[in-house]
Amino acid sequence: MSDLSPTRSPESNMDDSRSEADAVSMPLIAPLAAEQQSVSIETREVVFDLKDINVYYGTALALEGVTMQIYKNVITAMIGPSGCGKSTFVRSLNRMNDSIPGFRLTGNALYHGNDIYASSVDPVEVRRRIGMVFQKPNPFPKSIYDNVAWAPRILGMRSGLDERVEQALRGAALWDEVKDRLKRSALGLSGGQQQRLCIARSIAIEPDVLLLDEPASALDPIATASIEELMHQLKRDYTLVIVTHNMQQAARVAERTAFFSLEVSEGKRTGVLVEYDDTTKIFTRPSDKRTEDYVTGRFG
Amino acid sequence: MSAIDHTGPLTATGNLRRRQRVDRTMRALATGAAIFAVAILVIVIYSIAQRGASQLSIGFLTKNPTTTINGTGGGIKNAIIGSGLIVAVATAMALPLGVLIAIYLTEFSTPRMAAPIRLALDLLNGLPSIVIGVFVFGLIVLSSGETGFAGSFALSIIMLPLIARNTAESLTLVPKDLRDASHALGISRWRTTTGVVIPSALSGILTGTVLAIARAAGETAPLLLTTSLFNPNATSFNIFGTSLPNIPLDIFNLSESGGAANQASAWGAALVLMAFILVGSLSARAMLARSRRMMSR
Repeated sequence: MSDLSPTRSPESNMDDSRSEADAVSMPLIAPLAAEQQSVSIETREVVFDLKDINVYYGTALALEGVTMQIYKNVITAMIGPSGCGKSTFVRSLNRMNDSIPGFRLTGNALYHGNDIYASSVDPVEVRRRIGMVFQKPNPFPKSIYDNVAWAPRILGMRSGLDERVEQALRGAALWDEVKDRLKRSALGLSGGQQQRLCIARSIAIEPDVLLLDEPASALDPIATASIEELMHQLKRDYTLVIVTHNMQQAARVAERTAFFSLEVSEGKRTGVLVEYDDTTKIFTRPSDKRTEDYVTGRFG
Repeated sequence: MSAIDHTGPLTATGNLRRRQRVDRTMRALATGAAIFAVAILVIVIYSIAQRGASQLSIGFLTKNPTTTINGTGGGIKNAIIGSGLIVAVATAMALPLGVLIAIYLTEFSTPRMAAPIRLALDLLNGLPSIVIGVFVFGLIVLSSGETGFAGSFALSIIMLPLIARNTAESLTLVPKDLRDASHALGISRWRTTTGVVIPSALSGILTGTVLAIARAAGETAPLLLTTSLFNPNATSFNIFGTSLPNIPLDIFNLSESGGAANQASAWGAALVLMAFILVGSLSARAMLARSRRMMSR
């Protein structure tokens, strides 16, 4: 975390990212994604090993037969039309769905070889290692400092708290914007700043994985660009999983992309994982017709 | 219907004139009813203030009553202290319990468990205060005599559903986003509640408490059965050992006992009690308005 450049501001990187976004046209390959291919994916350590995951809400099957592996220090994107279960899937990875009445998961969900849904597993511990950033920025109604410092304090990481807060805010590329007003309310920040504060809050407890559930969909393009830029820096230290309905965003940030779709049979709608591969391949040579239809804009 | 000439001038036709009259009448009645409610409050405040104001003096607030065969003089200091103690102890019992009930309702219970508890709180809220007084009379007073604490106990039963329901209401207003954010940081349910949910709802909880205090401070029937046998001329702080003088019973006793001086003192005591409650309620409203603004930001 310490080697991250602290001088970055949203203004300085906005031009690049914007023009990059504009330049991406039908074959949606970002230059970054190509560069990331230099390391073969097979040599990466597996963080999540998921076999035949089914998710039920009550009796309804929401997600069927998902099998995939998520790799360490890689950004993995989940794309697909609304209601295809990509958010449900990602929220299942850190047991955020536990509180939803009727939620049930079957299959084998291994995290570093440990079953996330084993009866001996404490969901609080799962979430402590696998953090999450939500669609809508949700800072606590506390000061900027306390937003970041609160969880480490409770988790017993009390020594060097000021440094930890600074590191986290630097890591989220927010330090320079807020260092003079750490005691002010986090609710006074802009949407993009709030979202970066939420990321800082998540990394302050040094998780292993960060799940980002459409982290930029409530933000304007400039703030979106700064979040995407930030993700590229974060993957050095963390494994990132991002849910997005924005295909360009997946192409810009992710090395691996999973395409989810919605199967409708007998009036029941079930999400399925259609294809999971290197992002470049998903966007240029998809092996499934449904993926091709989706990424070329014929559907969804 | 079809008889209307659509090309004619756009003045009222058919039964529209009659419907308009009904409309105007009902609007006037509704407005009148609303004004009536305000008027009653103003009349009550005015009449009590008018008759009680002459009694108000520093001495009335700082001196104990001086009772002789011929009547009463002095002030209501001991009743103010007694009422304050009784209500404070009642709040100390009802507030933590009420907040815990609210936390259970909003944070931990399933909807199936919450519904009967909410119903029970509403029924408890609707119990006549004399019934609660009789209950405490049977529970405490019959065995260990009248004490200020017995009064506090009765008042805390009255306050409990008010605090629990108001607190639950304001906890429900705390966005789910904030709970999710905390859970996603590996924070347990209880720490989330104490660290994020309660602070966000604090002014709502305070408001509910102040309203409950205002309600309890004016209750007379339970106190009549639990803390009415006191020495009217002395100040007592011994809430667990003796009955405490209190404002509602002062008003009751003084107005029942006849004699112009007593009557005047009763009005004065009523004015003091009303002023306390009005100030409390208004500040609670102000706090609530402030918390709503903070939440909506």
